[in-house]
Amino acid sequence: MRNDVLIIGAGGAGLVAALHAKKEGVSVKVLTKEYPTRSQTCMAQGGMNAALGNVSEDSVEAHILNTLKSAQGEANEEAVRFMCSEAPNAVKWLDEIGVCFSRTQDGKIAQRTLGGASAPRACYAQDYTGLKILHTLYDNCLKEGIEIIADKYLLSLLKDEEGSVCGAEVLDIRTGNIEHTIANAVIMASGGYSRIYGHYSTNSTASTGDGIAVAMRAGAELVDMEFVQFHPTGLKNSSILISESARGEGGYVLNSKGERFTNELAPRDILSRAIDAEIKKGEDVFIDIRHLGEEFIDDELPQERKLAKLYENIDPVHDLIPIKPVAHYTMGGIAVDNKSQTSLNGLFACGECANHRVHGANRLGGNSLLEIVVFGKEAGLNAAKLAKEHALIVPKVAQQTTLDEISEYTNELDFYAKRDHLAEMFYTKVGIVRKKEELLATLEEVQNIQNNIHRLGVSDESKVYNTNLIEFIEFKNMLGICQAVVEAAIKREVSCGAHFMGE
Amino acid sequence: MHIEIKRADNFVAYEVDAPNATLLEVLGKIKLEQDNTLTFSSGCRSSVCGSCSIRVNDVEVLACSYKVQDGDRVEPLKNMPIIRDLVVDMDKAYSFNAKSKAWLDKLNKEAFITHETQHINEIQSDCILCGACYSACPVYALNEEFLGPFSLTRVWKYLSDQREGETKEKIDTIQTNGVWDCTLCNGCTVVCPQGISSKADIEKLRVKSTIAGYSDPSFAQEFGGGFGFDGSPTF
Repeated sequence: MRNDVLIIGAGGAGLVAALHAKKEGVSVKVLTKEYPTRSQTCMAQGGMNAALGNVSEDSVEAHILNTLKSAQGEANEEAVRFMCSEAPNAVKWLDEIGVCFSRTQDGKIAQRTLGGASAPRACYAQDYTGLKILHTLYDNCLKEGIEIIADKYLLSLLKDEEGSVCGAEVLDIRTGNIEHTIANAVIMASGGYSRIYGHYSTNSTASTGDGIAVAMRAGAELVDMEFVQFHPTGLKNSSILISESARGEGGYVLNSKGERFTNELAPRDILSRAIDAEIKKGEDVFIDIRHLGEEFIDDELPQERKLAKLYENIDPVHDLIPIKPVAHYTMGGIAVDNKSQTSLNGLFACGECANHRVHGANRLGGNSLLEIVVFGKEAGLNAAKLAKEHALIVPKVAQQTTLDEISEYTNELDFYAKRDHLAEMFYTKVGIVRKKEELLATLEEVQNIQNNIHRLGVSDESKVYNTNLIEFIEFKNMLGICQAVVEAAIKREVSCGAHFMGE
Repeated sequence: MHIEIKRADNFVAYEVDAPNATLLEVLGKIKLEQDNTLTFSSGCRSSVCGSCSIRVNDVEVLACSYKVQDGDRVEPLKNMPIIRDLVVDMDKAYSFNAKSKAWLDKLNKEAFITHETQHINEIQSDCILCGACYSACPVYALNEEFLGPFSLTRVWKYLSDQREGETKEKIDTIQTNGVWDCTLCNGCTVVCPQGISSKADIEKLRVKSTIAGYSDPSFAQEFGGGFGFDGSPTF
């Protein structure tokens, strides 16, 4: 079956792209490896930046300056300028399609201050900003009759005789069959790669960078893969995120002696390094919100209390919350131009898998939800435009599929153990503080696993819903991503934002 | 610790050493250490994506927020076809969102939401579509086409939103296989991990339906049909 625009991924970026492409009068199909509304977008709590000035004075210019400063010279100023200028329109659009933003006393969209912002700029919906945006986008896709199909896992991109991307080869997870979906234009909106850090990540288990790995294998250029944002306050045991609001509302960061050792409101990269240094001295690190009082905690930080009780068996009203910095957001991704077009004809990208160079070396809180709405729209419009111009396509299909190859692997070694081992190595050696010799050692280990990939494999033989197989392909994708990350880290010898070279 | 997991037609017993762990952590441990073929869904691990909805001892829970107890019996959700082990096919359940037209139909540009009125549909917009309510709903035993608790809550979310400028079509849409098919048993409310009461939302939708001139079709039949409604409570 032929489609005008095919979108891989049903998170915020993919659904925004779908809605705008559809408005251009083309047919749109969205494939996702989960159900829609399950994506990483639903986990975004803090808010979405737009210089509305609803709470106190603000300007688009200030938003641009804050973003560029945080990016440490690694952002594209033109792209940042475009994103920040479009932000008020993006929020207005979301409000008009039904997102339940929190309101001020005078009925305007409420805004709060996140780290690195010179004004209260983040529009929010309680602790559930991403959830409510994502679900509203989903409802709108249903309204527009956009087809979203669950349980389809991306294996590779299809190209025509001239090398233009013209569809995708996917595994139907339910049947185990391989399917080809042909399209005039493809948009990758498949999310980031924080799960290369395994348990040391706040992210969903699905953030395995599949789309980036597949695009890379198809020849797409990647950029700034070494820039990985570590969030200073993941729960110590589970890496579940304790929101920045815990510090924003006045929480302290303490060591085992009960001493404050850093500025709690410093940017994420600086605070993560301070906490990491303290942990390396042998200290345990905690957030203390006890002085805020039970009533305040229940009103303003209810999710934090619930999660700390569940995963750490402590009650933040009476106890310290044990924390550690963990991988949270990946700035790097598929290189795109100002039309969200990748280096491959016919392939666009948006969301965390793409790199529009608006975050540079360190993303500001509140700019990722903004990015998916602004550039999701651009990707959707430009893909629709290309799809209309496109003539009939005939894909060239390779005979050997990923699955054929995997079926020949011997499965002597447990890939889950390798996956955990690699995650541990990345957290300690390609994490918050990096050293050249450790990066080189990690690269060698990645290559070593790649050379022995045929000795790993899958033990579940079922065709139906084989999550063992999916997790193995995800692991293979992550290996490719790991190589790109560590190679990029080796090349960048000077510290910059989230990429910090230690002595 | 001993737990049993429903796989195909049988319960399979597992011994795991995982004190104080969530069910999702235990399922992961079994999969990695004992049996790679155990099949379940997971995502965010923090109760906001809805992927790991499941039943333990006949009650719907999110696996990521349930602490495992010795002797627990774990099963997939009800009212949906099982694909494999604990994974169900939710396509039909989700399709009721579109059938219910659960979206903002026509923007009322005059709408003015305040700090106070924002709370009208705040909790309904907390829904994570985990399907727990759908699984707990007894109506599906009788009517497979019932629009269902989460879709009707979604309709109420938009209907009660001042920004919705077209309410009549919403009311019209939920008359068949909709608000009157609910038994008001409250099973949905009890299992919702987000504290939403679809039963209460359905009651509010019934009031709106009544105001729009609709009545409970089962009563209409009982009374020989066609009894009028004059705007005041009849019973």
